Parts: sequence; C-alpha cells; structure tokens
Amino acid sequence: MRQSGRTRIAVDAARAGTESLERRGIDVKGELFRAVLLLCISIGIVMLATLLAYVIVAGWPRLDLSLFTEMPSTRDPNTSGFLPAIVGTLYVMIGVLVTTVPIGVSAAIYLEEYADSSKWYNRLIEVNIQNLAAVPSIVFGILGLAFIVRGPWGLGFVAFAGSLTLMMMVLPTVIIASREAIRGVPSTLRHASLGLGATRWQTVSRQVLPVSLPGILTGTILAMSRAIGETAPLLLVGATTFVRFLPEGLFDGAYSVITVQIFQWAMRPQEEFRTLAAAGSIVLVALLLLMNSVAIWLRNKYSRAY
Amino acid sequence: MTIVSAPIEPPSVEPPLSLEPSSRRLGEKAIVALLFAAAALAVLITVGIVLAIAGPTVEFFRQIPFSRFFSTEPWAPNFVPDGFGVYSILAGTASIVLYSCMIALPAGLGAAIYLNEYASHRARKILKPVLEVLEGIPTVVYGLFALAFVAPLLQQIWPTFLPGKLGDPPGFQFVLSAGVVLGIMIIPTVASVSQDAMSAIPGGLREAAYGLGSTKMQVATKVVVPSAFSGIVASFVLGLSRAVGETMVVLMAAGAIANLTLWPNDPVLTMTAFIGRTATGDVGFGTTTYYTLFAVAALLFVITLVINTISIALVRKFREVYE
Amino acid sequence: MTDQATRAAGPAPSPQRAARDVPDVPKEPVFTTQDLNIHYGSFHAVTDVSMEFGKNEITALIGPSGCGKSTVLRCLNRMNDLIPAARVSGEVRYHGIELYGPKIDPIEVRRRIGMVFQKANPFPKSIYDNIAYGPRVTGMKVDNMDDLVEQTLRRAALWDEVKDKLKQNAYGLSGGQQQRLCIARAIATNPDVVLMDEPCSALDPIATLRIEELMAELRELYTIIIVTHNMQQAARVSDRTAFFTVKVNETTGDRTGGLVEYDRTTKIFENPSDQRTEGYISGRFG
Repeated sequence: MRQSGRTRIAVDAARAGTESLERRGIDVKGELFRAVLLLCISIGIVMLATLLAYVIVAGWPRLDLSLFTEMPSTRDPNTSGFLPAIVGTLYVMIGVLVTTVPIGVSAAIYLEEYADSSKWYNRLIEVNIQNLAAVPSIVFGILGLAFIVRGPWGLGFVAFAGSLTLMMMVLPTVIIASREAIRGVPSTLRHASLGLGATRWQTVSRQVLPVSLPGILTGTILAMSRAIGETAPLLLVGATTFVRFLPEGLFDGAYSVITVQIFQWAMRPQEEFRTLAAAGSIVLVALLLLMNSVAIWLRNKYSRAY
Repeated sequence: MTIVSAPIEPPSVEPPLSLEPSSRRLGEKAIVALLFAAAALAVLITVGIVLAIAGPTVEFFRQIPFSRFFSTEPWAPNFVPDGFGVYSILAGTASIVLYSCMIALPAGLGAAIYLNEYASHRARKILKPVLEVLEGIPTVVYGLFALAFVAPLLQQIWPTFLPGKLGDPPGFQFVLSAGVVLGIMIIPTVASVSQDAMSAIPGGLREAAYGLGSTKMQVATKVVVPSAFSGIVASFVLGLSRAVGETMVVLMAAGAIANLTLWPNDPVLTMTAFIGRTATGDVGFGTTTYYTLFAVAALLFVITLVINTISIALVRKFREVYE
Repeated sequence: MTDQATRAAGPAPSPQRAARDVPDVPKEPVFTTQDLNIHYGSFHAVTDVSMEFGKNEITALIGPSGCGKSTVLRCLNRMNDLIPAARVSGEVRYHGIELYGPKIDPIEVRRRIGMVFQKANPFPKSIYDNIAYGPRVTGMKVDNMDDLVEQTLRRAALWDEVKDKLKQNAYGLSGGQQQRLCIARAIATNPDVVLMDEPCSALDPIATLRIEELMAELRELYTIIIVTHNMQQAARVSDRTAFFTVKVNETTGDRTGGLVEYDRTTKIFENPSDQRTEGYISGRFG
C-alpha cells in the first residue's frame, strides 16, 4: 500500500519533469507560487513588526521609572505602576522554577535512561506527556482552582498556587526539551562509563547530565518564558485580585502578575489605561525577547559540541 | 618504546572472587524510584484534571438537565431567568476557529514550504527565530493588539457597501479582529510542525524528482506535500486545537455576548472566554455558576483531547512511514 | 571495506613476532564458555560457542562481518545487558563463576573486566579526569590520585606525550592518543581482563602500530581479548586466534554466527585445519 503510494508520487514527479522540459521562458506559475509562499511567511513577520510598533508607540508615554516603582491605581492612570505585579511575577516564577526543573529533568532522565518502553506504564506516561502538552492552558487553571486553591490542598489564592498551576502547564515543555538534550548525548559516552563499572546513576549524573546541560537549560528558559507570558490559568487561581500592596510571600496573601495586570488595564475603557497596558507590554516583551535570545544563543553555541 | 615498570602489583584475583553486588546500592534504587515518581506525575496531573472537572460537572448536571445544556436556549448562567444552552458558546468557539484557521492553515503551510524548499540556509537562520519570537509573544499582548489596534482598524475599513448583515460595521469587540490576530498567532505552530514533517522526507525522493527535471514548484506540490501529508494534517489539527483552547485573545477582543452566529462582524463568547470571564468576576463557591465553569471546562477538555489524540496518531503514522 | 583493502594488499599474513611459548590449550582459563548462544529478539546472533580464554594471553577473535565476534566479546563483561532484547543462554564462566548467574551484578563484572571500544570515546573532560573516573566511581581506595594517574599513563605509554597537559580536555588529543587514553582509562582500575572491540579500526597505520606495541607490553599484566577485522593485526599481536563465520541454515535460510576454529595463532595462520579458515586467511571469501 505505502509502497504503491510512494511509487505514484514518484511517477507523478517524473511526468511533471518531462512536461517542464517542453516549456520555455519564464516559469510564470512557478514565480507566482514562490510569491504566494513569500506572502505566507511575510504575514507573520509584518504582523510581528506592526505589533511591536504598536506597543512601543502606544506605550511610550508611560515607559518611565514610575512604571516599575508605583502601585497600581484605578483612579489616576498617570501615576499608576506595576510594582506589585512585578514582585508577584518574581514570586510565582521562583515557585515555578524550583518545582518544574527538578521534576521535569527527573522525568526526562527516567524516560530516556531507565524506562523500558515496552512496558505499558511507561507508554502511558509518554502518551500522557504528549497530551498534557496540548491541553488548553485555561484547563490547568480549572485544575488549580479545584485542587490547589480549594479542595484537598487548599492553599488559597496565594502566589504558590499560581506557581503550581503554571508548573503543571510547562512541565511537558521541560520534559520534552530535556529528553531531546539527553538523547543527544552519544551512547559511546554511556558505554565508556558503564564499561568502567560505573552504575547507571553515576553514568547519568557524571557524564550524561553535564553534556546535556546546555540543552536542558535552553528548554528551561523557554518554558519559563512561556510561564511568564501566560495569563489565562492565573485568572482562575487568584492573580486577578486588585492588590495595592506587595505580596507577603509565596504562601501568604493576595498577589498579581504582570500579564494579568496588563489584561486588567487593557479592559478599562479609558485611553490612559490602554497606554499603561501597552507600556507594561513593552517591558514584558522585552524581558521575553531577552530570555529567548539567551536560549537561542545557548542552543547555537552548544549545538555542535558533538 | 620503554615502559617504566609500574609499582602497582599485577592484578591478582584473590580468592574468593565474588561478583555479587558489593553493596545493596539502596541509593541507586531510591533514585530510580524518585525519577519514576517524577515521570508518573504527568499521569497524576491528567488524573487530577479529570477528577477536578468530573465532580463539579456531575453536580452541575444534577442541577441542570442534559437537555437544557445541549440546546439552543440562551447562554446566561448568572442571569435571571438563567439559560444554559451551550450551543451558543460552542458556536462562538466554532466561529473563532473558522476565521483563525482560514488564515493560520494556508499561511502556515505556505511558510513551511517556503522554509523547507525555497529559503536559503541564511534566510532560514533568520526566519526561524523570527517565527519563534512570534510564537513567544504573550497572548495578553496579542489580545491588547487585537482590541486596541486591529479592531479599530477593521472598523474603519469595513466594507459597508456589502449587502445585508455583512455590511454592518462591527462594534469594538467582534469575531474577525480576534480571529485574524489569533490566526496569525498560530502560524508558527502550523509552520514548524509541517516543516518538521517535510524535512523528514528522505532526500532521495526529492533528488529523484529534481533529477528528472522537475521545477521547484513541482517538487513542492507533487513530492513534498503529498509525502508529508499526514504530518501536515497533524499540524493543521494542532493549530485547530490551539484555536479552540486559546483564551486571552478571544476574551479581550471577541466580546462577551453569547451569540449563536458565524458572522464575522458579530461579537461572540467562546467556551474559554466564558471560563476566563466568569473566573475574573465574583463566583461564589458552590453556586450553579461555579459548577457551570466546570461543565464548560469538561466539554472543552473532551474536545481538545479528541483533537489531540487525532493529531498524535497522525504524527505517529507519519513517523512509521519514514523512520 | 578497510579490511578488504588490507587483505588484498598481500599474501596471507604470517605471525611475525617470534612466537611465544603458547601451550596447546590455555593453562589457566580466565573465561570458559560452553554452548554459548546469543539472541537479539528473534534473531539468533551466535550459536554454540565453546572456548577457553587463557590468562595473560592475547586472544584475537576474527571473522567476516556478522559472524558474532563482537557479540561474543560484549557478552564477556555483560555489555550486552544494555540491549534490552539481547538474551544469553549456555554457560559463560569467569574464574569458574557463572557470569549470568542470578546473583551476579553486571557492575561488579565490569569493574574487573575493562573494555576499549571501536571508536575512541574519551569523556569530554580533562585527561586527568578521564583516568581518575574509573577509580572514583568504583570507590577504589587511592592514596594519591596524582600518582595513580601518572603510573597509569606511563603504563599506557602516554605519559611523556601528555604530562604537560593533564588538565586539558581529552578531545584535544589525536585519534591515536585518544584511543591510548581509553586503554589507559580501562586499566586505571586495575582490571583483570581488558576487552578490545576493534580498537584500531578508526586509526592510521602508525597509531595502530603503537597500540599493538602497547598491547604486547600489557599482556604481562592483563588478559586481553581483541576483536579485529585486520588479520595481520591478529597475526602480529595474538597468542591465540578464534575464527568465526556466518553460518547459513540451508533449510530455513537463517543466518547465525558461530565459531569455526580456535587454536594457537601460529597454527591458525600457518596450518589451519578447517577449509573455511584457510579460505578466509588467504582472502578467498569473507
């Protein structure tokens, strides 16, 4: 079946080839096709440029120091700032980092170095990770609301509830990236180590992990930037509370994050609040661009280590 | 070549030789258990999602009959008189998916073909990171852009000469502005999955076609696209799933009115936007509205699960053919 | 490919080194295999191998591709365990202990039986750390690691070349030096046996020669078993040679590797008793 499908493709291509030999001059259809393709890829780029231009122009008037040092205010948009949201984002992200990295890397090590993929439970884990990666982010918010904020865990609407919710969301990203990094380590290194009488874990911790570290780091940075930019699940786990004070800690008191703050300013009818939202967007996008650049730089730097 | 005779004794196997474990390696076993636990957490999260949604959803259907939920009655869970016809917000989601996929699927495929078959090595090195940046912009920023830039722009240039409903200028929130922005947002996802599939095609197939004198366009349309077909379909399905599950852009730009409509200039409420909007308001724990949140989430989860399963199966099928 | 070329280069090689006194049968067998069979899933890779490997001897395993010689080698320190589908049956005794016994720990086995691989695979660490790795992971009691590293490198005849760059990354060494570093790394834990899986197949003739010289020196201290594609190499370095070939079952067409002839190297190369051995040695098939 498959073979015949491929044969058909090859025959089609061959016929196409002989037809084209008869044609002379400029290949109008071909050029048109190339133009359409170029248009396709340009849409995204033009949109990106427009979006960046828009937020910069719209947010410029408020891109000043008070943006970082002031509390938010619903009355006076001109002196309103993002301070609690910035601190809240920091808290939430620390929580995400300390939970996601150890769990994600451990899971990746298990799946790559220990798991026998012919066992049903290991296959179940793999399928689950693939599926989780595509669950809408807001569903994680629902899970966070039902199990972490309320229910058995009952943390309440605190920053760490946000952290755990985002952790569940970005965990597949970290696992998938770490697995790829670990898989990239040549098996000759593992054999060399095991051949010397090292145990599995000695081999993993002393040879495999150091070599795959840049890849794991790249994946982690990308996952963190995804978590920082995420809004929807946090709407459900408490980040929408209007806070005029700094969060007390990971486990105490209300919190807000930058993205949710942008959302709230954006949804107000007054133009000044839109300006504030755009200014916050500049800061957020700049931060994420920086993180992405670091990740891409890391990847390129180490991609040809072996 | 001389070798300094080493002071180490020649190895001797002292009797009794034992090849049994020198220690029980408990640490090693504990580590494996920990690593397994970390991996198993993924399953636990899925179970958690199902449990978290299932309980309140059952409670919801205890209060509101199935026949009211799956109906065309108005969607107004927190109004008096209330209404729970989920078709209105399903239509909202369908409408968003329609307009965003109209942009994302063809443009994503085109971008993938361009990247894989046409772009020079240098161009690819620039274009791929740009697409990655496009993917990395927070959705809330896209939402702001749709609401504050794209919507007013579309309002101004709306073709009011069109007959009937289509000629009515839209309000400040409507499907098309959210759909356009969401569609462009999804292009990188479609493009990168499609391109992965295209680059996995054995080079020989392509070379054979070129060797027979095919043009680039013929190679692209007659060899690359058919060979990578299931991978491309998988990318489409994945794009679709992202459109169904996206919250912020639709929450901010598509409106708040549950509307059984597919017109591009109407405001709509999607399933995700309903969840987001309701959560930002005051929802009393244990009220019917609270349970509605979970019932809608359950529907959303089931829909995306079905879509994702299809996509994963397609990708696997594609790999089986070429790897 | 390469061994095809070497074989075409001249007439059948003969043992050039003045033959040591090699007894007819190994006096003190380190390994004894009895009806060894190895399967990979449903593929029967090796059939019924029974042989003895002598202490402080160099034993060469030769034969065409697919004859199972590397598989047999990897079975001696349980590296085959790393392939999930691999299954070993029959007996493999190491100093009389059944290697595949239920209580045997493959890690303990590998600590006594070192291995050198086809392609030099130093760790991406310093030369010093490459040598020190084995002693560290096996928990060997070492009074002075610096001394151990020096002695090991001297024993591997690498000390003079690397003594000024011990802290540099091993990847900076030439291919031949890397492979000698891997040999040094394997003997740093003072193993009983060193298994070598085509250690020179990626090296030029000069680097190959140095490794062969090194093997001759190391024979005094270790038992060495080497798989090689290069018959001249087997003739030059080994005391005993085992010739393996691919056997085809005439009724089913299944292919499997098996031992044809095992004897003193001089005997194998000068007066083989099996026609197949003679055919391979003189380049008629394979």
